[in-house]
Amino acid sequence: MATQAATPTRLILKDLSKKPERLSPGHRMCPGCAAPIVVKQVLSAIDDPVIAFCATGCLEVATTIFPQTAWNVPFMHSAFENAAATCSGAEAAYRSLVRQGKLDEKNVRFVAFGGDGGTYDIGLQSLSGAMERGHRMLYVCYDNGAYMNTGIQRSSATPLGANTTTSPVGKVRPGRQGVRKDLTAIMAAHGIPYVAQASPHNWRDLMQKVRKAVAVDGPAFINVLTSCNRGWRHEAAKTIEIQKIAVDSCYWPLYEVEEGRYKINYRPKQKLPVTDFLRPQGRFSHLFRPGNEAIVEEFQRRVDAKWEHLLKMAGEAQA
Amino acid sequence: MSDYRALDGNQAVAEAMRQINPDVIAAYPITPQTEAVQVFSQFVADGQVDTEFVTVESEHSAMSACVGAAGAGARVMTATSSAGLALMWEITYVAASLRLPIVMMVANRALSAPINIHCDHSDTMGARDNGWLQIFSESPQEAYDNMIQAIRIAEHPELLLPVMVNQDGFITSHAVERVEIFDDSAVKDFIGEYSPRYPLLNVDKPVTFGALDFYDFYFEHKRQQVEALGQAKEVILAVAADFNKRFNRSYGLFETYRLDDAEVGIVVMSSTAGTAKVVVDELRGRGVKVGLLKPRVFRPFPAEEMVDALKHLKAVAVLDRSVAFGAMQNAGPLFLELAAGFQAYGPAARIPVVDYVFGLGGRDIGPTQIEAVYGDLRRLASDGRPERLVTYLGVRE
Repeated sequence: MATQAATPTRLILKDLSKKPERLSPGHRMCPGCAAPIVVKQVLSAIDDPVIAFCATGCLEVATTIFPQTAWNVPFMHSAFENAAATCSGAEAAYRSLVRQGKLDEKNVRFVAFGGDGGTYDIGLQSLSGAMERGHRMLYVCYDNGAYMNTGIQRSSATPLGANTTTSPVGKVRPGRQGVRKDLTAIMAAHGIPYVAQASPHNWRDLMQKVRKAVAVDGPAFINVLTSCNRGWRHEAAKTIEIQKIAVDSCYWPLYEVEEGRYKINYRPKQKLPVTDFLRPQGRFSHLFRPGNEAIVEEFQRRVDAKWEHLLKMAGEAQA
Repeated sequence: MSDYRALDGNQAVAEAMRQINPDVIAAYPITPQTEAVQVFSQFVADGQVDTEFVTVESEHSAMSACVGAAGAGARVMTATSSAGLALMWEITYVAASLRLPIVMMVANRALSAPINIHCDHSDTMGARDNGWLQIFSESPQEAYDNMIQAIRIAEHPELLLPVMVNQDGFITSHAVERVEIFDDSAVKDFIGEYSPRYPLLNVDKPVTFGALDFYDFYFEHKRQQVEALGQAKEVILAVAADFNKRFNRSYGLFETYRLDDAEVGIVVMSSTAGTAKVVVDELRGRGVKVGLLKPRVFRPFPAEEMVDALKHLKAVAVLDRSVAFGAMQNAGPLFLELAAGFQAYGPAARIPVVDYVFGLGGRDIGPTQIEAVYGDLRRLASDGRPERLVTYLGVRE
């Protein structure tokens, strides 16, 4: 019933530059924010018509201030925790109308965007349900590691030790405690056809993943590390650089899970220490004060353990 | 030709849904609504409908998926009860504010705690200011008829507003009665085709749904919503007029029963109105001039019309199947609305209006209790002074 799109797999920068902008400039996202970069990469990776959905958050409030909208594709925002369910309803409507002959099949692609708060936390149930039901839709989480829109509160995606307004550094507490939720693994455990992690500094990798995700006849999930310089506390111009270090330190490995098969898409030639990722960010500055060495060690230990586990899952671990 | 069948309220509603054949249904099981979507699922499994049935993981997602599907441009329905409606609550506002004509059956059930699966109207009354239209049904037949009318009302170009069709949980949702099921083609002809105005699925003409309003636009959008609701009474009456003509019915904003020459009257919704009619006949047989008004449309609240129908009475009792906790004397919402209506539209000489809260959590109400209310009303009519504003009927105190 659903036809496969004739999506070219090669991404040519010259061709991409000629594509009409699906998220137009002039929106109110902060300078240096990675979220609109991610959205532009996602939308321009797709050649077919797209309908976009968005959870409440920075991306939504800053791109749709009435009477203006930055979206040149049909767009719907409903609430914070329900972007996946909302998108799934529209996808069901499309399938129904096409099947009944009330609408022509146009290979419409359904893409939902949510931040980590709207995805890891309050929207997890809605996302899990939509993925389990098998809707042909792509959910993109732009993970900036805290509730940035409401003013940098910790989420379950906040990294260990990070200073946020609800995990503040105090006299007895050194920032965020506990274990960061591994949402990508949770989504892979759903057994859906396509799950991936990406980062916008590696645009080609991210966009290839989007193309794969919309080509599968079923649900797909991509978790994209998305810097927020206001919450991470770094210079606006350093966004892409820091995202690259996140990947080169294996804090944010680029990998995909296709029909259950794990593949690591990028292996750093030299794995950088996590301190290279932590040091340029103000949210971690307290970790470099005397007495907090153990937190940095624990951070490194967890990143190493995750990376080793990933190598094993991808069949690349050293025996 | 119509078919007469023995159906309970849920089955009757499922039949209406089959005949309406919506493009999308997103629903989640909850007692006592479950049977309706369960029966409908079989229609899907047997290929009797074209509907995409989205088996969501919660009522919150049910309403969210309905919002997405209706925004896409589909004809969309759902059903729920009690906690399910409470969980949907946030998104019911979104549905109404985005002007999405979703139709939802609610089998009315008490809210927790204590958990209770039986009938009262706390669930829909808790959502009475969310911008939906609310229509109440006395019987499985009325639930069926109202579902069919609700589609036309919701999709009316002047409204584009969601509609709740309520029936009493278990009392009618699970009570088998003789129900007239119209010809499929007659229903199809009555509801017509739906053509959405700004569907998301028109990818050649992109629209943005759910933008952010600051203080410079929010108020105007809310004002427009009020304006749309202001058209609802006329639309409901016009749809009812066509329905009545085609299917030999007499629907309006409310039903009056032996009220014209009555001296005292009871106002009560849903199945209890049926019990009250029996009491009215009984008392009338003894020469006592009593009558009844059964609101059908609670939202928008037809205050002026109701007061006009009641203004000749010497005393009025409202029977409320829920409590507006913390409101004046902890009265029920129906009483509060009607009392306000009397203030705005009532005659200069005040008519005593009192409230009886009854039937919470499915507590049965019988003819004897309703007869006692009429007794109270007759005393009230002669001395004009109520002993108290709110009485609890059938509770151990």
